[in-house]
Amino acid sequence: MSAFAIETNGLRKWYGSKRAVADLSLSVRRGEVFGFLGPNGAGKTTSLKMLLGLVTPDGGGGRVLGAPLGERTVRAKIGFLPEHFRFQEWLSGREMLTFHGRLFGLKGPALAARVETLLERVDLGDAASRALRGYSKGMGQRLGLAAALLARPELVFLDEPTSGLDPLGRLMVRDVIRDLRSEGVAVFLNSHLLGEVEATCDRVAFVKQGRVVHELALAGGPAGVEALLCAGPLDAAALAELACFGTDVRRDGDAVRLRIADDAVLPEIARWAVARGAPLSHLSAAHDTLESVFVRVMAGERAG
Amino acid sequence: MTGLLTITRLTLHEAARKRVLLAALLLGLAFVTLYAVGFHFIARNLLGRVGAREVAQARLTFALFTLAGMYAVHFLSAMAAVLLPIDTLSGEIDSGVMQTLASKPVRREAIVLGKWLAYALVVVAYQMLIAGGVLLVARWIPHYAPPGLARALPLLALEAVALVTLSIAGGTRLGTVTNGMLAFGLFGLAFLGGWVEQIGAFSHNDATRHVGTAVSLLVPTDAMWQLAAYSLQPLAIAQLAVTPFTPASIPSPAMVVWACGWTLLVLVLGLRGFANRPL
Repeated sequence: MSAFAIETNGLRKWYGSKRAVADLSLSVRRGEVFGFLGPNGAGKTTSLKMLLGLVTPDGGGGRVLGAPLGERTVRAKIGFLPEHFRFQEWLSGREMLTFHGRLFGLKGPALAARVETLLERVDLGDAASRALRGYSKGMGQRLGLAAALLARPELVFLDEPTSGLDPLGRLMVRDVIRDLRSEGVAVFLNSHLLGEVEATCDRVAFVKQGRVVHELALAGGPAGVEALLCAGPLDAAALAELACFGTDVRRDGDAVRLRIADDAVLPEIARWAVARGAPLSHLSAAHDTLESVFVRVMAGERAG
Repeated sequence: MTGLLTITRLTLHEAARKRVLLAALLLGLAFVTLYAVGFHFIARNLLGRVGAREVAQARLTFALFTLAGMYAVHFLSAMAAVLLPIDTLSGEIDSGVMQTLASKPVRREAIVLGKWLAYALVVVAYQMLIAGGVLLVARWIPHYAPPGLARALPLLALEAVALVTLSIAGGTRLGTVTNGMLAFGLFGLAFLGGWVEQIGAFSHNDATRHVGTAVSLLVPTDAMWQLAAYSLQPLAIAQLAVTPFTPASIPSPAMVVWACGWTLLVLVLGLRGFANRPL
């Protein structure tokens, strides 16, 4: 069994003369929560549809849960919550889940029990018998999440899962994602809410024009740290020495900024300044947010 | 197979809830009621007359009025066959519902076939319901039973299934409005082609008749009605060709085989169109 839930190599898709995905190469490990980030029109939805077999790629290839893209049988192990989850609004929540369960090949008491468990899990037990037309957007989204989990999937695609949810609903989705991770389920999360991604994902990929332009591991800490040093005027030789502690060393007025691996580097910089006899008046570290990294990556990509 | 039957069951449920079906049923009920009232007054005038000529005239009138009723059945069921399933695929594709269906471990063919089967069942049931109403009225009021029912009713059902197939197949690639215009356009073309063929045959103009036959080959739905109408007439009346429902050019049995093949071909084209369609 492959260690990867998703592997793609050079996936391409054109709609007429418009290029939707240029060259998508990425891999998602089993049990990993993977964030897929990019601005509008970056080809995220088309990429996701190619992985789900809803759209046939024009080039490149890939495997999902070890099977070639588009393989029907593997979909029994995949859950999918589309961005705008819609279904026949005359069905009740329970009927809708039962119908989806049947499409997964579930039946009988096992299906009924699974439906009830999931209705409770997404806090829709009381609304299970109501027609979907009476559901709020958030309730519909939670029901869609339940539908994605019906077949105890090994891989779940969530496209903007918290869209339309209130803060409690968002917390519920976070809990569900954490549960999935603990069960070894891979989660492919497409979201514009970077705070949500930061709180839940192990790793993220930044995509632009259907190409992964940057990948970042989030598990275990912040995305990056920037140190700010005020120690009087520093010459070029001093800046070159500072490069030993980090990267991207640059002047900012009388101060100097540089990117460091983590906070543990700060005392080393302080010792270096004191040893050099520089008048150290300020030394601090600012932790990156995913949003700042996103802006920097996208701006850098534009500049490049 | 489970997926197909699940889709069929849901679609039956969906079709039963559609207002257009309710409208069609109410329209059918209104039609049968009006038909019964009309037949009642016609029969009151004609029944009880004596003399061979009067009896023959009455019989001709009953046959003609029954055929007129069946013509309305053919027309109403054709409308239902085109309209009921017109948005079942295109509407779900536009709304995004189809994405959730097609991402399940179900063949795309099963989605199309499940919907096709459900709507074919609903439309044929609707057709048989109003045809049954017409035939019961004819039997109940003037005690008239047309011949050839065992042949005519399956032909009418075949016409309805062919139109359901056209509507479903169009929905795999076209938007709802475009699909509706195309399906009605082809139904109208077949209707006109049928008349062109009859006029050509009546006037012994082979070129005109061949144009009509070519149109019937392109869309064989009207030919099924022509053949059904021919089957529903007493032989003597059919041979005299004294009613507007008596075809001057009777479609051959080969046309029935072609209509079955045409339906299958359109269905296969629909299945292929949907299998490759980005969702």
